[in-house]
Amino acid sequence: MPTINFLLADGTTRSVEATTGRSVMEAAIHGNVRGIDAECGGCCSCATCHVYVDESYLPLIPAADEMEDELLQGVASERRPESRLSCQLIVSPALDGLTVSVPESQS
Amino acid sequence: MSSDSPLVIVGASYAGLQLAASARESGYCGRIVMVGEEERLPYQRPPLSKGLLTGKSSVDMLPLRSDAFYRDSGIETVLGRRAVRIDTSGRRLSLDDGQTLAYAWLALTTGARCRPLPVPGAELAGVHMLRTLDESLALAASAGQAKTACVIGGGFIGLEVAAALQARGVRVTVVEAQSRLLARSVPPIMSDYIRNAHESRGVRIETGRGLRSLRGEDGGVVAAELADGTAIPCELAVVGIGVIPNDELAREAGIAVDNGILVDACGRTSSERVLAAGDVANMLHAGWGPDGAQGRYRFESIQAANDSAKACASVIAGHPAPCQSVPWFWSDQFNLKFQMAGVPQPADQVVLRGSMDNDKFCLIYLRAGRVAAVHTVNRPADHMLARRLIAAGAKLSGEQAADEQFDLKRLLAGPAVSPPAAPQSRA
Repeated sequence: MPTINFLLADGTTRSVEATTGRSVMEAAIHGNVRGIDAECGGCCSCATCHVYVDESYLPLIPAADEMEDELLQGVASERRPESRLSCQLIVSPALDGLTVSVPESQS
Repeated sequence: MSSDSPLVIVGASYAGLQLAASARESGYCGRIVMVGEEERLPYQRPPLSKGLLTGKSSVDMLPLRSDAFYRDSGIETVLGRRAVRIDTSGRRLSLDDGQTLAYAWLALTTGARCRPLPVPGAELAGVHMLRTLDESLALAASAGQAKTACVIGGGFIGLEVAAALQARGVRVTVVEAQSRLLARSVPPIMSDYIRNAHESRGVRIETGRGLRSLRGEDGGVVAAELADGTAIPCELAVVGIGVIPNDELAREAGIAVDNGILVDACGRTSSERVLAAGDVANMLHAGWGPDGAQGRYRFESIQAANDSAKACASVIAGHPAPCQSVPWFWSDQFNLKFQMAGVPQPADQVVLRGSMDNDKFCLIYLRAGRVAAVHTVNRPADHMLARRLIAAGAKLSGEQAADEQFDLKRLLAGPAVSPPAAPQSRA
């Protein structure tokens, strides 16, 4: 199973096993990672599962679609080029070892 | 606080879970016990009327938190049990298996239940209600064998189910007694848009049509019979005609109820040490913007459940913080993402921004020259912005609202609300 590393706001890292085909957000919820609220449960409605993707992995991840891009305009913490909604990041073997940073605030 | 002063939470869904989590986060060190009627840990509800019916979601994706969360946070769960009595003077809660739980704080997050069908036929096989995961699974199984379905009620749940069933190839008819869809929630212009969205995708919509009964053969539903005698054949029926708050437990304990448990803006009931949050709480809001949006509201949304639960947790922590967030809600139907912020009133000026023809637009509700509420379709960025504009009480004219060239973000630059005597503060 691919491993996803969550760099938390307090500076610690939490590594969780993720399921191929499922989202990084789900991996966070099932791995009990704090700081990813995912209020809408992953239907791209709330922008509370915001993460910053490690730049070296960005080329491996499909770009945000229009809906995600729009929602990212409304995230509570600063939007950066590497900002994504983790509910829209689908885990694949290529993402094994991916690190995402969890922002200070989601809402 | 000692370990013998437990926080007991009745109801194990969004509000109950959030209350437990927030109480723990804010330092509550007593026991936390969450009692739930279902045998399951709290799970996501939105997919029950959407993804779970179309096959996009599966049961294992639904838990709101992992098992480890409850263990690590010290949140005990008592599942499959119903609370039957509150003794407010002795501060004890009785469960249906005879056990009693002493409490230091009691939080009622008992939610709501489906309003039962008031006409004959509700007991027939193939007639579904939708509140729990088990009910959604039963509906999905039933839909797999049906070619025709009748949805009773043209509210959000009914329309989401109609969209999901139609998308999986079931021919759906929606029967609504009111003269238009979503009559309690949106203005006629939006009702017309939603109706057209459904009809253009093959859903048959019958508004202003009362239901006389559901007709059965051999114990299974075969048709919905309307008040005028028209029969709409269907192999399954889904009843989505609103909910009733589960406030009986509180009422029988002498706690004030009226369309839900009456609470202040922090979730406090009329009984000391008893709080309520979520769908069951009829909250006296302090207002979420300078337009003075005060008043009693019993919201049925995840956002309201979470925020009212956080308010309750703040009371327990000894630093009461009233609920002040702008109410918001969403509904996914077909490829339409419908989002609502704020609470429109009938007298609001309604301004269309964008075009309904390409399924991307906003309806902006102006009250006394300020943004009071916004409904969006497929414009999530505008929805996020709307929540901030409403909270800030942003001033906006009807012309500006309708003009897509006018950048709404400009309204947030500088002071949110310009004092009248400070013209230099205008950007």
